[in-house]
Amino acid sequence: MTRELFAFNGGVHPPDHKTESTWRPVHPAPLPKKLVIPLRQHIGNPAKPIVAVGQRVLKGQMIGAAEGFISSAVHAPSSGFVTAIDMQPVPHASGLSDLCITLTTDGRDEWIALTPLDYTQFSPADLRARLRDMGLVGLGGAVFPSAIKLDPGAAHTLPMLILNGCECEPWITCDDSLMRDHAAEILQGVAVMRHLLGSMEILVGIEDNKPEALAAIQQAAEGLDFAVEIVAVPTIYPGGGAKQLIKTLTCKEVPSGKLSTDIGIQVFNVGTAYALYRAVFHGEPLISRLVTVTGHVLRPQNFVALIGTPMIELIQLAGECDHGTGLLMGGPMMGVPMPRADVPVVKATNCLLVQSAELFPPLPRELPCIRCTRCADVCPADLQPQDLYRFAKAQDFGRAQEYHLFDCIECGCCSYVCPSHIPLVDFYRYAKSEIWAREKEKKAADLARERHEFRVFRQEREKREKAEKLAARAQAKKQELTAAAASGDGEAAARKALIAAAMERAKAQKAGITPQNTDKLAPDKQREIEEIEARRAKIRETAHQPLEQEKKS
Amino acid sequence: MLAAIGVMIAIAVVVGVVLGWSAIRLKVEGNPLAEKIDAILPQTQCGQCGFPGCKPYATAIAKGEADINLCPPGGDEGVKKLAELLGVEAKPMDESHGQHKPKSVAFIDENICIGCTLCIQACPVDAIAGAAKQMHTIIASECTGCELCIAPCPVDCITMVPVTQDLPQWKWKYPRIPLIAMGTTIAPSPSGRGLG
Repeated sequence: MTRELFAFNGGVHPPDHKTESTWRPVHPAPLPKKLVIPLRQHIGNPAKPIVAVGQRVLKGQMIGAAEGFISSAVHAPSSGFVTAIDMQPVPHASGLSDLCITLTTDGRDEWIALTPLDYTQFSPADLRARLRDMGLVGLGGAVFPSAIKLDPGAAHTLPMLILNGCECEPWITCDDSLMRDHAAEILQGVAVMRHLLGSMEILVGIEDNKPEALAAIQQAAEGLDFAVEIVAVPTIYPGGGAKQLIKTLTCKEVPSGKLSTDIGIQVFNVGTAYALYRAVFHGEPLISRLVTVTGHVLRPQNFVALIGTPMIELIQLAGECDHGTGLLMGGPMMGVPMPRADVPVVKATNCLLVQSAELFPPLPRELPCIRCTRCADVCPADLQPQDLYRFAKAQDFGRAQEYHLFDCIECGCCSYVCPSHIPLVDFYRYAKSEIWAREKEKKAADLARERHEFRVFRQEREKREKAEKLAARAQAKKQELTAAAASGDGEAAARKALIAAAMERAKAQKAGITPQNTDKLAPDKQREIEEIEARRAKIRETAHQPLEQEKKS
Repeated sequence: MLAAIGVMIAIAVVVGVVLGWSAIRLKVEGNPLAEKIDAILPQTQCGQCGFPGCKPYATAIAKGEADINLCPPGGDEGVKKLAELLGVEAKPMDESHGQHKPKSVAFIDENICIGCTLCIQACPVDAIAGAAKQMHTIIASECTGCELCIAPCPVDCITMVPVTQDLPQWKWKYPRIPLIAMGTTIAPSPSGRGLG
């Protein structure tokens, strides 16, 4: 506990609103009648459905297989019947639908046969493949497939492993509750991570506004056979951002455009460690998670919710209030507004924050930027938000990229302090997605150009080849003729040879185009054909005979 | 007087040699302006501009033989970019060459297709797979939506299907704060900002 800590630039101190939901114990949510499981819950390729409509599935059975390198599997959160595989509304800011598997539960909650993995007996690659099929993804918010993050790559070891228990965003308490209740299990998950990554130094960063969680983890760490350093980090938003936490704990900065693994550090959320523990020690895939339901509800608290549970059911469990003005998935700083409340809980759902006009008063009118640079003072990524805003607004995306738009972590500090109430992060999100779309368009245009150019080239080549072939043939014939002319007696012989050659060619062509549909016939058919042919020959013969007789006479 | 003329002639000779040498040695292959124009064009290769592909049109623009508003797939945005590049005034699209349509891809109804290969021969980017008397199908990811395959089809089995918006393609919209009239209900803020 004597570690020297470092401060990152910027950050804000919003009111944390954590105690609303932490003083009530965690409740398992009752089994819903219908579960809607999106196949795209993680970053990368969506999972591929491997069940059919009408099929009965058991709890924990894989229903969507990982496809491609960056992908993860999805599993049935309870036993029941697959009633649909179709487009359903998903928790996304766009309000668009995506491919989902709908499961009607049968209430029996019957598990498939579970096989705990003795991780020390597996090679790291095998274990990672198993974890990929367990549907493990990062539960801190980015939902990146964990199996890929657990690969130290060519270096064979990652020197430092950081467990992120900061949970810096206001209102959210699911990680806090998890650490209080399951500290020992989380650390056993860390043991598996340590085994896979070969890390020598393991740090657990927890913000100092969670004394209960700190105490629980510290107590659990005493019984471990490897060293874990538990560090209380100062409470500041966004201290739980991976790059910010690394800076706080180690004073190292992740270079622009690089990953933390490039400087030998890997960061995992405590929820991911717990899911890893369930997967390895119990053989359970990721089918449920802790969700904080808070804000404008009667009983804010944490629920253990199955993936696919409609959000509205959790809100009703927590006591729905009148006059809600909106629903956020996530916290007030980085959360995404949900277009509707009946979308399912997914692996990324850490918090459901119900808004009301009192808790989240509507923003005053947006005013022009006065370039006060308060946003630059609080930016934890050391950017110039006022310039980025200017470029994004003017759609000068090239300049925005020059000013490192893609280092923006969309933490919302700039919007929070802006005295002109400009929704700055919305502008950065707009600029980022516009740049991605343009890059995609450009790639498609380049591909089309390349394919068109190749086609033109191919057509020209074919034309040239044809011309060359014709020229070669003409040349050969000419040579043949001159040879014949030289050997025979002059022009007459040459002409005769020419005619003979033409006749030969015609004959060959005729032979070539005789219908080929009479081969491979049954023997009786063949015989029949032969009989008919014989009859025809006879008729032809008799038809010729009288003519000859007449000639004779 | 003579010395001055001599010096001027000497300078003229030296400069002439240098310019002549650099004209030969530092010659730029191809037409850089045409390539820059080609990079802006959408590469649909549809020929609606009246040229057999995007590159010939780009070359024609570079030579000043064609106007910049003949490309319907590029739309007004494309005209604007071309005008910026060439330093000329942007003008409205020439409607006689077709209208700007949202991106769509061709789709072959395989129940009707007779496998005649006419569409394969028409496709400028080889985005149709198939062979004589075999089923043809569009490789949707390569299709530019040029519609050149529709006319040659003798059984009219090709239709253009507009590209629907899905999650990977979705874009954040330009942020706009909804104007709220006094006394009406209040819509949730787009980013959900504001802390109690």
